[in-house]
Amino acid sequence: MSSDIDTGKRRFLTAAASVVGGAGAAVVAIPFVASMAPSARAEAAGAPVRVDISRLEPGQLLTVEWRGKPVWLFRRSPEIIADLAALNDQLRDPLSKQASQQPQYAQNETRAIREDLMVMVGICTHLGCSPTFRPELAPADLGANWKGGFFCPCHGSRFDLAGRVFQGVPAPTNLEVPPYHFLGDDVVIVGESAEGAA
Amino acid sequence: MFANMMNWIDARFPASKMWREHLSEYYAPKNFNFWYFFGSLALFLLVLQIVTGIFLTMNYKPDADMAFASVEYIMRDVQWGWLIRYLHSTGASAFFIVIYLHMFRGLMYGSYKQPRELVWIFGMLIYVALMAEAFMGYLLPWGQMSYWGAQVIISLFGAVPFVGESLALWIRGDFVVADATLNRFFALHVIAIPLVLVALVVMHIIALHEVGSNNPDGVEIKKYKDENGKPLDGIPFHPYYTVKDIVGLTVFLFLFSLVVFYMPEGGGWFLEDANFVPADPLKTPEHIVPVWYFTPFYAILRAIPSVAGSSFPGVAAMGLAIVMLFLLPWLDRSPVRSVRYRGPYFRTALAIFVVTFVMLGFLGTQPATPTYTVMSQVFTILYFAFFILMPFYTKYDKDKPVPDRVTDQ
Repeated sequence: MSSDIDTGKRRFLTAAASVVGGAGAAVVAIPFVASMAPSARAEAAGAPVRVDISRLEPGQLLTVEWRGKPVWLFRRSPEIIADLAALNDQLRDPLSKQASQQPQYAQNETRAIREDLMVMVGICTHLGCSPTFRPELAPADLGANWKGGFFCPCHGSRFDLAGRVFQGVPAPTNLEVPPYHFLGDDVVIVGESAEGAA
Repeated sequence: MFANMMNWIDARFPASKMWREHLSEYYAPKNFNFWYFFGSLALFLLVLQIVTGIFLTMNYKPDADMAFASVEYIMRDVQWGWLIRYLHSTGASAFFIVIYLHMFRGLMYGSYKQPRELVWIFGMLIYVALMAEAFMGYLLPWGQMSYWGAQVIISLFGAVPFVGESLALWIRGDFVVADATLNRFFALHVIAIPLVLVALVVMHIIALHEVGSNNPDGVEIKKYKDENGKPLDGIPFHPYYTVKDIVGLTVFLFLFSLVVFYMPEGGGWFLEDANFVPADPLKTPEHIVPVWYFTPFYAILRAIPSVAGSSFPGVAAMGLAIVMLFLLPWLDRSPVRSVRYRGPYFRTALAIFVVTFVMLGFLGTQPATPTYTVMSQVFTILYFAFFILMPFYTKYDKDKPVPDRVTDQ
């Protein structure tokens, strides 16, 4: 009796059934895995934010929320702008060569459309904490060379007042500049580039 | 009457057989000491966390707008809600204290060595699942530390080359930690991971009962059996160790109650101060620290500088620190299990390792000043040296002769 069993065929059928069943299980996993990606509502919540900067004084920082993230708008005084270039040799990427960190129109010395206004996503590029605004000059904990900037309390990353990362800190890249554009002189639209701009 | 009923059940379900196999006729070495309380204590804490957790879910709201307030509601308005929550929050820290001591016991007496490799592997999987469980649970109160802790840990996945960013996005379900994250962490925390944990605990115990318990002498009690096939140095787990473990549990509950009733925040270690402020996605607290049981690995993460514009090396080192523990059964080349009969190399290495682990734990709670960063780097090297050099120092160690039978020490 047992000699009549075709074990080769049996093994083949077992393997074939396992492969088909496994493929079916893998396909069924797709909707479950995909359901954990951002929902349509979360995607839609990325709508642009309108910010009035008419009352933002030089040296003042305004934080707004865009896509749930803090976005900083900071009015730079002429002295601050002048100081930026002096920091270049202490920075990792002073000329913003890493293209992913800003739109093309902000890939310049001040990382901005208008040099008096910094617009920046306030999330450290290391592990996602929000750095603290430290505008004071040479505070005890940040050293005598500190000319104002952002300090991440989580892991000690430092950024200047153009969101450029210093050398020797954990954050690998400059802070991200979100897409934005101006409507007139006093209104900034955060989250959307001007039409035609990349 | 009772005998009849048991017969009826046993004909349909092996109740008496299981009772005998795992309790009344499971022979454990007679020389268990203090260190052998922590297994049963861990089991007790698992039950406590599940029970208190069930009652917390009856009033908790997994919604970014309501979560923080619902926890305060539990604390103030729900009858005995404060007690249930403090039992749960203190239970979490106690669970890790017990588990770390339980793991150290295994390290000391070589309980991971052949033939108990799978007992150790299941145990390590429990440890990893427990870390995931604790991490997700910590987000639920939706305080500042919950929020930013989760933000940092999820960003770790973002450091993985190529797929990192999409992976982090998928885990969060949004561009930052948000309502979607809270909701899914709730689902994972209350059902998915607890199921995995319970299954792993069952496998841990089945594997243990298959090979038999190790003991402080690290000798095999199955080698010498009496005419009935019972180990000469073994005693039935029930009643001997069930009763002994109840004494251990009583002492543990004294200490546990002291924390629950008199210092439920554990001096800011069990419930961190910043978590009494609702989550604010626009502002990171000044000093952000993970809960104490994660700090050794957090210190390793911070010790490794970013390489070529990527913080992945630190993340990888942190992962490797845990992988190393899994490899322990194969890194240890000594024929001797217990530290009692190990030579000076292993004893020294183990002592350094304990100091290293505690120091990394301390450094992980401190701000990353230059001095502390250098110290973290030194201890990170020592941490990995313990494992990487283990095949050598255990092989050439001058081990002492191991007795045949358990001793009276």
